[in-house]
Amino acid sequence: MPDLLLELFSEEIPARMQAKAADDLRRLVTDRLVAEGLVYEGAKAFATPRRLALTVHGIPARQPDLKTERRGPKVGAPDAAVQGFLKATGMNSLDEAKIQRDPKGDFYIGLIEKPGRDAIDVLAEILPVIIRTFPWPKSMRWGARSAKSGSLSWVRPLHAITATFGLETEEPDVVKFSVDGIETGQTTYGHRFLAPSAISVRRFEDYEAKLLDAKVVLDPDRRKDTILTDAKQLAFAQGFELVEDQNLLDEVSGLVEWPVVLMGSFEQEFLKTPDEVIRATIRNNQKCFVVRDPKTGRLTNKFVLTANIEATDGGKVIVSGNERVIRARLSDAKFFYETDLKTKLEDRLPKFEQIVFHEKLGTQAARIKRIERLAGEIAPLVGADVAKATRAAHLAKADLLTEVVGEFPEVQGLMGKYYALAQGEDASVAAACEEHYKPQGPADRVPTDPVSVAVALADKIDTLVGFWAIDEKPTGSKDPYALRRAALGVIRLIAENALRLSLMKVAASALAGLSVKSAEAERIPSDLLAFFADRLKVQLREQGARHDLVDAVFALGGQDDLLMIVRRVEALGKFLESDDGKNLLAGTKRASNILSIEEKKDKRTFDGAPDAALYSLDEEKALAKAIGEVKTEASAAVAKEDFAAAMSAMAKLRPPVDAFFDKVRVNDDDAKVRENRLKLLNEIRSATRAVADFSKIQD
Amino acid sequence: MDASLPAHMRPDRSFQGLLLALQRYWADYGCVILQPYDMEVGAGTFHPGTTLRALGPKPWNAAYVQPSRRPKDGRYGENPNRLQHYYQFQVILKPSPPNLQELYLKSLAAIGIDSAIHDIRFVEDDWESPTLGAWGLGWECWCDGMEVSQFTYFQQVAGVECAPVAGELTYGLERLACYLQGVDRIMDLNFNGREGAEKVTYRDVFFQAEQEYSRHNFEHADTTMLFEQFKMAEAACKKYLDAGWREGNRREHLMALPAYDQCIKASHVFNLLDARGVISVTERQSYIFRVRELAKACGEAWVHTEAGGAA
Repeated sequence: MPDLLLELFSEEIPARMQAKAADDLRRLVTDRLVAEGLVYEGAKAFATPRRLALTVHGIPARQPDLKTERRGPKVGAPDAAVQGFLKATGMNSLDEAKIQRDPKGDFYIGLIEKPGRDAIDVLAEILPVIIRTFPWPKSMRWGARSAKSGSLSWVRPLHAITATFGLETEEPDVVKFSVDGIETGQTTYGHRFLAPSAISVRRFEDYEAKLLDAKVVLDPDRRKDTILTDAKQLAFAQGFELVEDQNLLDEVSGLVEWPVVLMGSFEQEFLKTPDEVIRATIRNNQKCFVVRDPKTGRLTNKFVLTANIEATDGGKVIVSGNERVIRARLSDAKFFYETDLKTKLEDRLPKFEQIVFHEKLGTQAARIKRIERLAGEIAPLVGADVAKATRAAHLAKADLLTEVVGEFPEVQGLMGKYYALAQGEDASVAAACEEHYKPQGPADRVPTDPVSVAVALADKIDTLVGFWAIDEKPTGSKDPYALRRAALGVIRLIAENALRLSLMKVAASALAGLSVKSAEAERIPSDLLAFFADRLKVQLREQGARHDLVDAVFALGGQDDLLMIVRRVEALGKFLESDDGKNLLAGTKRASNILSIEEKKDKRTFDGAPDAALYSLDEEKALAKAIGEVKTEASAAVAKEDFAAAMSAMAKLRPPVDAFFDKVRVNDDDAKVRENRLKLLNEIRSATRAVADFSKIQD
Repeated sequence: MDASLPAHMRPDRSFQGLLLALQRYWADYGCVILQPYDMEVGAGTFHPGTTLRALGPKPWNAAYVQPSRRPKDGRYGENPNRLQHYYQFQVILKPSPPNLQELYLKSLAAIGIDSAIHDIRFVEDDWESPTLGAWGLGWECWCDGMEVSQFTYFQQVAGVECAPVAGELTYGLERLACYLQGVDRIMDLNFNGREGAEKVTYRDVFFQAEQEYSRHNFEHADTTMLFEQFKMAEAACKKYLDAGWREGNRREHLMALPAYDQCIKASHVFNLLDARGVISVTERQSYIFRVRELAKACGEAWVHTEAGGAA
């Protein structure tokens, strides 16, 4: 079956857009083909800075013929209706129609045959539409045609379209169409500088090979491989190792059609600047890799650049040009760093009076004061020194006003640590300047130093409570202040450090420190708690754990100690995996179901202690006795926070519950006995509530 | 590059040679070689030869040098790469020709940048000027890792859609010259291409000015006067715009250029106030907005003039 080759040749496509564009092109074309009844065998798309290319192989040469039936008028209908029917179906006379009988009478049925079209004609129809409506994140108009409205929009000016269709064994046909004056053909162009001439291509195989001859590596993965292998090799040859960087590799591979990797160096003296600053400078501004010395783990004075040409001088001029720029950039960075060191962190704080954190939540200065106070309150709860936690909170945001962070926002926190150490702060205080932002996401490390933990919690809880107070909660996919991330951070800080604190109390204290007064202030801590519960569920779900158990535990009420909740959920999860757990859950649910039916029937509840005198069967007595014992035992275990023991106690309920349902008829004819048995069932439910609300657990 | 040129005309030996080579190249292409606009502007784009001429259907090809003032970038002449007054070389071609990238690359060849040994790249850079109500897509052009030009396809200027689109090239002359001459500090550039006693450097011409203007921009610029000037320029701009509509109807405008001068004035005064640090973060946005409103009104007026309107 024939194959399609499509290439859209343009001016330089932004690197960050290439991968998605290739994917979009493949998806849009193949979706349309399938919708047109052209089921293909395979498709692959590629992008370079100057072209998007797509190959779809194994496309049927023709669409299948389509036959559809159309119901017409009743037999004997007026002539106008018959004529209309003939016209719509393309039949010459009613002789060509079938007659179908149904309860309403006899109807004419016309058969419409739509012969399949040649695939090349279908392609000529769908491709220009896809090109005209291509989903670029940003597109533009250009040239003389842009004087008129409706001219083509593309990411950058589009110059040529190659579109061929045909069998491997034959000369393919050009899929003929034009978009905004660009006629399709078989001509593309090689590398901008190394092989700019026109190239005539037939199909994907020779296209890719001819491009390679013309110094264009079509496949981005191949360009990445080349860059990575060569870069590692260059570093290795000097006894160093490359600092790998996937995002940078992706970007750099989108800036070249013919990658040539070269190594340059800079003056040793720049290595006095922190590694992260050097890396940020070289990476962000120059899109070059840095190199480390495996013996020390520190950066060396080398960098790796990726050029787009094989220079006739072997790259000497390119390297020296890049070195010049990197030298200038590093000397700026060094200057920033040294300038920063001249000012103490606390001396920067007054400036925060002028900087608004959020219109309704006041200045950064006010926020820092709140975090300081809250960190001081949290410190004793997490085993941190109060003075250190307060000091750390005092300084933690100051690096936002430094030159280096102004230039490279991604080193915020880290620079705070460097500057804190340089001015002789305590090591924990300095660490907290960096770590209080953590964890940034589900994969990020959770700090363990109590000082860092106190400030990290204070920072996040202040943020959450603040935005709750001004009613800026996350909705749907919108979470502009990253509040979900903050809540998850709080959960992980508490759970992974096994911390005991009442979230409600901390939240209430944070709320009291705010200058805004919310009308619904009282509801905020419990509202927030529900938000934490949701986050916990999401997290458990993502870990593949049972999230319904979170509801079962929260439903008990008064639960605001996250660590205990997590522990209880874990113990419950384990218990429910055992046979005892499963059966007890089933028994409890059965009891609940019977109860709710009978409660509805009698329009009353069956609370209250059952009357031991009314027990007539052994199974009743045994169950009542077990419930009594289990209640005491489980409550004692819960009080000791030994949830595993509480669950083992629960397990003892299973045999008497099973035996009860086996032998005892709840709805006894004697109303008194019935009531008493229902009360006993209620007791099962309440006994299990020592560990969780079993009714919230999904089967 | 013409090897027979004397040093004072050569782009790799003298700053003036670079400027002359670019003028020559774009004159040969068919551009009108304009002179700098006679007002203080922040970038070559502010020249009415770009801002206003980019609008409307009439073809327009022009090139010029524009001294550009960025009061905040002053460093008393001490920073190797940063100045409060520098030169941009600006090219505007409307409609953008299909071979604009090739034309640009040839202009680099004309100043001695050989693409066989230099790594020239077009790296995404979307251009936006909030004060001019303008945006476009294009690239920063890199030569061996150094940004040497901005390349933009204007999509909107002064709030008006460009139809047709103009292509704009902006060369950072000092930076290019440093590279061509192989010096690390702008002040060390050879300005006139002579040697010995006849040699004039960039320092000889501009160092004192950088110091004086840095003092002025950061320490002494009279803010009371500047606040007043901003208001006056804003009011005058609006006044001229109102008065310019022929017979009071909004079909034909007769004073777009003088009104636009006041917009330029307001923009520069704002930059000075900003450098003096007397504009707060929130006020800053509102000043930018006010200048943009002037620019947009000027754009609207311009497309109702003879040069800016339909043929």
